[in-house]
Amino acid sequence: MTALLEVENLRVAYGKIEAVKGISFSVEAGQVVTLIGTNGAGKTTTLRTLSGLLKPIGGRIVFDGKQLSRMPPHKIVSLGLAHSPEGRHIFPRLTIEQNLQLGAYLRKDSAGIAKDIARAYELFPILGERRRQAAGTLSGGEQQMLAMGRALMCQPKLLMLDEPSMGLSPIMMQKIMATIVELKSQGTTILLVEQNAQAALSLADQAHVMEVGSIKISGTGQDLLHDEGVRKTYLGED
Amino acid sequence: MHTLPQQLANGLILGSMYGLIAIGYTMVYGIVQLINFAHGEIYMTGAFGALTVYTNLPDGMSIWAALPLMLAGGAVVSMLIAVGAERLAYRPLRHAPRLAPLITAIGLSLALQQAVFLWYPNATSGKTFPQLPGGPFHIGSVDIQSGDIFLVVAAVVCMAALAAFVRTSRTGRAMQATAQDPDTAQLMGIDTNRIIVIAFAIGGFFAAVAGLASGLKYGQIKYDIGFQAGLKAFTAAVLGGIGNIYGAMLGGLVLGIAESCASAYISNIPGMDKLGGGSWNTVWAFVLLIVVLLVRPQGLLGERVADRA
Repeated sequence: MTALLEVENLRVAYGKIEAVKGISFSVEAGQVVTLIGTNGAGKTTTLRTLSGLLKPIGGRIVFDGKQLSRMPPHKIVSLGLAHSPEGRHIFPRLTIEQNLQLGAYLRKDSAGIAKDIARAYELFPILGERRRQAAGTLSGGEQQMLAMGRALMCQPKLLMLDEPSMGLSPIMMQKIMATIVELKSQGTTILLVEQNAQAALSLADQAHVMEVGSIKISGTGQDLLHDEGVRKTYLGED
Repeated sequence: MHTLPQQLANGLILGSMYGLIAIGYTMVYGIVQLINFAHGEIYMTGAFGALTVYTNLPDGMSIWAALPLMLAGGAVVSMLIAVGAERLAYRPLRHAPRLAPLITAIGLSLALQQAVFLWYPNATSGKTFPQLPGGPFHIGSVDIQSGDIFLVVAAVVCMAALAAFVRTSRTGRAMQATAQDPDTAQLMGIDTNRIIVIAFAIGGFFAAVAGLASGLKYGQIKYDIGFQAGLKAFTAAVLGGIGNIYGAMLGGLVLGIAESCASAYISNIPGMDKLGGGSWNTVWAFVLLIVVLLVRPQGLLGERVADRA
């Protein structure tokens, strides 16, 4: 069986500076795969390239049997690759419900859309309570819930989450991580980028450590959680 | 002639014209943060498009039959030029430093003016615009020409249609999303290039309506009418809060009323008798802009830049 997402020797540059220097990894359907690493390692750049916001200078991206590297973002979304971006990027002056509807922009089945909006409110009850409120009025954690709910609205085959726990209180972070576990148990395929390595590794099937544009270590989440080098550098142990 | 109701009416008429043109500045700015300084020329070419259709219509055709054809002609010309400018001149520069598209816009503005000047010298080769029949109408102490009524009604109808489109249609929602966060809009599956083209096309259509209305109001049009009208409409867009479509219309109306009242009343103020009259219009328009921007840098209905993040 071929993987849902296959990344081969991907290279991305900003001008002359290469931010991603030839990385390869794959995501199988049903898996949670995580990319961890410090700031500037190239994780976000990788996700932005997968969703088409950045153009690679080399390598191949094959998603669900199709080449992505030259496709515009809206075409990539239509193939079932959803991206919840770093910093959440909800539409602040639209209501919560309008944000969710935008997540389903490419869908035509209004009954199905209504059902999925109801499901998002079930997953995140606070969003349902505030559905008519401008999204900009939500707290950081609530905005993260909205960004995840919105990404799920396109019924993705693969959900990419970029730093979902960034800037959140420990309680809110736990909630978000619990939601990812729940999505995983429902069979959602997830590519997760996180700085909170402990949390990401403990729920990942497959994990890759990125350093300055390259993948340094790969393994299962449990392997890396117990890897001495990883523990020292990323889990803050001596 | 110099009663206050008359001045307010004149201001509303002038302001409707500014507002129609200002929509084009504000929609394009709201979505791509570009000041399309060639937009005044899009208004001008719309007027010439309408006039060209009119000069080729058979003699004796009723004005009411001619009007829709003239509007269609003007709209086709304005929209094609607006969309063509986006596609050929601005899109290749989308990620260039801000100064590049700005200078391109100024160059495009000059090129369009000169092209019309050479092709249609001083607008004297054909007929002038027709006069709408009826009028002047007397409402109390206010005199209004039928061309003015056309202008105000057209502005109200266009504005209401645009507001409904942006608020209720799927494409309108995609426009709001693109204006607030273009990258994320793409992640929703929105083809933002298409949205940008639509914004330029709507601006072009509104400019063509203003061009037709201005021809009907003044009879004569010239190749250089876009410069001053464009400058005033841009002022209106900034005054109302650039990026906000209601602000563009409001800014237009405020500017129009301020101009007509200033030219009528400023000279009555002791010691300022030389500062009134029509030739000072533009001065007072910009004084108003400066004063408003000192108090509200984001314009009347604009949102603070921080809200965009």
